[in-house]
Amino acid sequence: MLCAESLSLAGRLRDLGALFQPGEVTAICGPNGAGKSTLLACLAGLLDPDEGRVSLGGADLATMHPRQRAQSIGYLPQTPEVAWDVSVEVLVSLGRIPWAGGPAGEAQEAIDAAIAAMDLEEFRHRPVSRLSGGERARALMARVLATRPRWLLADEPLANLDLGHAAALIGSFREQAVAGRGVVLVLHDLASAMNHADRVLVLDRGRLAADGPPKEALSEDVVARVWHVDAQWLGDEGAKALAVRGS
Amino acid sequence: MTRPVPLLLIGLAIALPLSLLAGRVWIDPLGEQTRNAAVILIELRLPRALLAIFVGAGLGGAGAAMQGYLRNPLADPGLFGIAPGAALGAVLSMWLGYAVGAYALPLFALVGAAGAMALLALIAGRDGGVALFTLAGLMIASLSGALMSLAISLSPTPFALSEIVTWLMGALVDRSWRDVWIAAPLTMAGLGFLVAAARSLDALTLGETAARSLGVDPRRLQGLMIAGIGLTVGAGVAVAGIISFVGLIVPHLVRPLTDRRPSSLIVPSALAGALLLLVADSACRILPLAGGELRLGIALSLIGAPFFIHLLLRMRQGLA
Repeated sequence: MLCAESLSLAGRLRDLGALFQPGEVTAICGPNGAGKSTLLACLAGLLDPDEGRVSLGGADLATMHPRQRAQSIGYLPQTPEVAWDVSVEVLVSLGRIPWAGGPAGEAQEAIDAAIAAMDLEEFRHRPVSRLSGGERARALMARVLATRPRWLLADEPLANLDLGHAAALIGSFREQAVAGRGVVLVLHDLASAMNHADRVLVLDRGRLAADGPPKEALSEDVVARVWHVDAQWLGDEGAKALAVRGS
Repeated sequence: MTRPVPLLLIGLAIALPLSLLAGRVWIDPLGEQTRNAAVILIELRLPRALLAIFVGAGLGGAGAAMQGYLRNPLADPGLFGIAPGAALGAVLSMWLGYAVGAYALPLFALVGAAGAMALLALIAGRDGGVALFTLAGLMIASLSGALMSLAISLSPTPFALSEIVTWLMGALVDRSWRDVWIAAPLTMAGLGFLVAAARSLDALTLGETAARSLGVDPRRLQGLMIAGIGLTVGAGVAVAGIISFVGLIVPHLVRPLTDRRPSSLIVPSALAGALLLLVADSACRILPLAGGELRLGIALSLIGAPFFIHLLLRMRQGLA
């Protein structure tokens, strides 16, 4: 269980508490500057809050050994960069760094499984510079999966992806949750959160504005209060779209 | 072991004996005995060849690690300001006239390198960020450069002036075993630190945040980099003066032969740097030049600068 207890960070988060369950896809939503990425970075142990703490299975993340933390929490940053033109297989193998020194067979097995899970077999030896945007996003996701973390944290993973690739990626996050991992995603697109998350946290200027099943946390009232727009959910369960009325 | 390593080892095994034979006096191992052949080989050429190997290895390995750390193929070990710091130390020893003593110049240079390293660690701050660190290095480099110019302009005697200017050009002429004993252990220790940093440098391929999420401790990495670059580059400058471009070019030549991870690049770059410097120094020795021999530092800059421009043009076309 991943638990944030009354997190405060000057100018960014204010007394924020939340509990995350394994096996669930949790979406973090909110307007620009609401503190979504900050919260995710705190949950990943990459940012120390001024007050409060994040604990993983009861252990304080701030005092946990970085390597042990890295074995448990996989983090996909908002603008993933790949500095060197490595092949997909080498890129994915970077996900094994927290397990360095472990059995080589296990590492190769995890790399192969991650490549297979992201359907990258035919690109295994291709340099990342020659991948399309969607293929690259899958390769970066495979890198996180190769760590075999218990928690998957991703900051706006669907940004810059077209509809098909976004749907495929969100499908693989779902598979990971079904496999028992905890998935926490910062999502800008409220419809994606509504249709694909089990639970949604809505942040507003560093505070928790709503927390619950998507239908409640992203109700039209909440959208109006937090985003200041007059919006209406259209469509059927699981395929809803948000229509925003002009002012 | 990565692919280019055996190839480079073979190259060194061929180049080393050849470099021992080549020079103003050619030694023919099969022909009649040259006068003083043993003295020339053991007291002059062997230490010089070994120095070329150690200095080249240090610069090549440091360049590979530096490019990995800054995630930039145009990074050079000189960027941290350690080479200028070491050079400043050496210049001061000549300025003060201490360079007459056998160990004074290298010692001053090492103190200069250590000073630059300490200053770098002090300025770089607690969070281990790369950008601030690089700026600190640039600042140290330009400060050292300014102080060096000051020392040169206030040079007490014309002799000291010419000594300083000649030394700054970088060379392995007239070096002895003493210099090998200084450079070898420090370079090996420095390379050890850089190899220890290799896995963290791999993680940095994904950017600083992702590297931290993979368990990299940025402060530990920074410490390893300061120690590794400081020892390799500091030792190199202490015995050979400023030799540029090796740390910049060698990783470029080696990278396409590897899987392009920084960790796969450090050892092959060290070997390639050793080979390059050994061959270049031998070539300098053989080239007929009125009034002495071509300075190694000048020769490498003459080869390096056009190569670098070629590289930039290729990068511009997206082929690199």
